[in-house]
Amino acid sequence: MADAFFDGRTPAIRHRPPRLMTAAPILTMGGISRTYGDVQALRSVDVIVYPGEVLGIVGESGSGKSTLLRMMNLEDTPDAGTYHLALPGRVDDNLFTLDRFQRRMLRAHHIGIVYQNPHLGLLMKHSSSGNVAERLLIAGERNFAALRQRAREALDASEFPLTRMDARPSELSGGMQQRVQLAKAIALEPALLLLDEPTTGLDVSVQALVLDTLKTLQRDRNITMVLVSHDLGVIRTMADRVMVMRSGEVVEQGLADQIFQDPQHAYTQQLVHAKL
Amino acid sequence: MNIHTSATPSPAPVLRVEGLSKQFEMHHLKRTLFAFENIGFELNEGEFILLKGENGAGKSTLLRTLYRSYLPRAGHAYYHTREGVIDLAAAADVDIALLRRREIGFVTQFLNARPRVAADEIVAEPLRLAGTPRAKALSEARRWLAAFGVKPQLWPAYPSTFSGGEQQKVNLARALILPQRLLLLDEPTASLDRSARRALVGRLAELKASGVAMIGVFHHPEDVAGLIDREIQLETIRIADGAEEDVAE
Repeated sequence: MADAFFDGRTPAIRHRPPRLMTAAPILTMGGISRTYGDVQALRSVDVIVYPGEVLGIVGESGSGKSTLLRMMNLEDTPDAGTYHLALPGRVDDNLFTLDRFQRRMLRAHHIGIVYQNPHLGLLMKHSSSGNVAERLLIAGERNFAALRQRAREALDASEFPLTRMDARPSELSGGMQQRVQLAKAIALEPALLLLDEPTTGLDVSVQALVLDTLKTLQRDRNITMVLVSHDLGVIRTMADRVMVMRSGEVVEQGLADQIFQDPQHAYTQQLVHAKL
Repeated sequence: MNIHTSATPSPAPVLRVEGLSKQFEMHHLKRTLFAFENIGFELNEGEFILLKGENGAGKSTLLRTLYRSYLPRAGHAYYHTREGVIDLAAAADVDIALLRRREIGFVTQFLNARPRVAADEIVAEPLRLAGTPRAKALSEARRWLAAFGVKPQLWPAYPSTFSGGEQQKVNLARALILPQRLLLLDEPTASLDRSARRALVGRLAELKASGVAMIGVFHHPEDVAGLIDREIQLETIRIADGAEEDVAE
């Protein structure tokens, strides 16, 4: 099928020479494909994420970016593809072969996630500290005092006002709800933090505060993050590298400033030029 | 066999650029914009190269290509890292990101900082990323803000509210606080007042003396006249009739 975006001007992905200095990837996904009914949501997607970096994934609605993030969180299994996380003490070849319980334990210990919709990540009728403690309980913490203390620390690191730690998320603003989600996600110091449109729907000043908290966490704790957003400003502020998706495929990836200043692919150029 | 020599060792190379070319593919216009072709030069430790040329000759584009904000079309830029040689034109993004944190700085007049972060925190960030404790990094940041003439009452304020000139000073303090091995300077003195310009040139002289290699574009080259070792003239690409060639088709 002819593709209006491919006009022969996009250079082929160039051969990259061997690494000189960098560490091994923390996340490696290969050939991820997923079809829902007639819709091909992901087409042989490869992803590599290095320790301590923020990988931004951009693309319009339906490009497959959130589906890919759900795969990273082991909420879904692709039709084809492999997933490896470099975790201490684990030698899984392909995490998609794990059963539901194993996936749940892996998530509890090693992967944190913040959803756009706080209802997906939080129990609205539990206290904020209780939401964080729930994550710690799944991971095996049983001592009440320790639960409370660790929940307090995680909320504090997420810049949540501790005077409100016993308030229910349903009583909090959108920005505060996102901080509770964040506290829950980082409570166990995950190897990987997944962020699915974490600031979408927040007003601009709250958005800036949440992004600042994320950046501070990344700097101080060296947390590896994968950030999905359709907001190019958020990606530009946060990401070290950017992956551009369209119709379930990766059309271009590169350093964030290169993607924004010198986009190579026609679709990326269109996307970047459309930024307000 | 031991070889003894009393000759002064030649300065260590930092960067060797060969046949570097850049063009921009503008898909929506179905056009190609040529920036520069077949550039080659060497830059050694402690050396300062001034890039010269008319507007549009590709001076800033060359700096951005070396920093890899732009992807080169052809050629090589062999950079001597502390661990070995890497071709900046082809290196993996993750290697470039690492080099930017540790060895290669880009100094421009424009501040691109996160909103709602205080000026002193912005300036301190490169030190903090390098592992310096917060208090020490902040104290150093304030020293540099003062050196560039940013008033103390502005240090805890958000630079997004500052004038262009003040933002530029914050940006320079941030860019130069952490010594690098290679500095790419894109008109850093443009629109600076005299005292800030003096502070900048003083810092560049200090870095040059410590072995930092620099290549830059200056709107007023006389600002850095005492630092320049060599000049490279970039020519605007022209076609036979003398008109500027910026479109391939």
